[in-house]
Amino acid sequence: MRIVAVCGVGVGSSAILKLNAERALARLGLTADVSASDIDSVGVSAADAQVILTSPELVDRIGPTAADVVVIENYFDLDEVTRKVEDALS
Amino acid sequence: MPLPPLPASAISLRAEAADWRQAVARAGEALERSGATLAGYADRMVEVITAYGAYVVVAPGLALVHARPGDDVLSEGIAVVTLAEPVSFGHPYNDPVSVVVAVASVSNDEHVTSVAELANVFNDPQAVPRLAAATSVDEVSRLFAEGEAG
Repeated sequence: MRIVAVCGVGVGSSAILKLNAERALARLGLTADVSASDIDSVGVSAADAQVILTSPELVDRIGPTAADVVVIENYFDLDEVTRKVEDALS
Repeated sequence: MPLPPLPASAISLRAEAADWRQAVARAGEALERSGATLAGYADRMVEVITAYGAYVVVAPGLALVHARPGDDVLSEGIAVVTLAEPVSFGHPYNDPVSVVVAVASVSNDEHVTSVAELANVFNDPQAVPRLAAATSVDEVSRLFAEGEAG
């Protein structure tokens, strides 16, 4: 299972989303490989990912993908991240 | 890896900003004042938003602004600016913004690990309203220190 957290330049908010996705997985008792990426390299970085986590502002830039694209409104809301990760993986 | 230090010089309270560009500029000035960046870094943070949109508004009322590492970054740095009047960044859910956190990093790898530590401060839903209402630099320092410790 691979999850990729995506932000504009891949060095800031995606790192937060990655950490909170890992915390969400821990809450759910699940394991997955979570990485962070910038939007311009998402095609490569998420090629074999099942789930892409991103902002509502970036979702239209992701392009064609086989992954489930999950929009996170509040990156710091662990309940939201947990609920959406659980839905995406079920 | 812990967050970079948050010196008093990198905290600005009730800053005046007429729009999001000025809010980012205030955050850039705070980073520059603390010695973490040169003046050009603020413009690069604005460019990230013009290029990719308001995704930097990662939570209600909170913008996390940054640019890629570059020659204008002198050391790892973080700055916190609260706004006298909240401004809109153009985010569909999380506007208006009352707290701007700016981050500067010398390398991508370090950035990824230390910025994530902001989760320890901001996973508390009270963090943004408390920062927005802070009336002293000490209060802001304390909120960050508590978040990192907790």
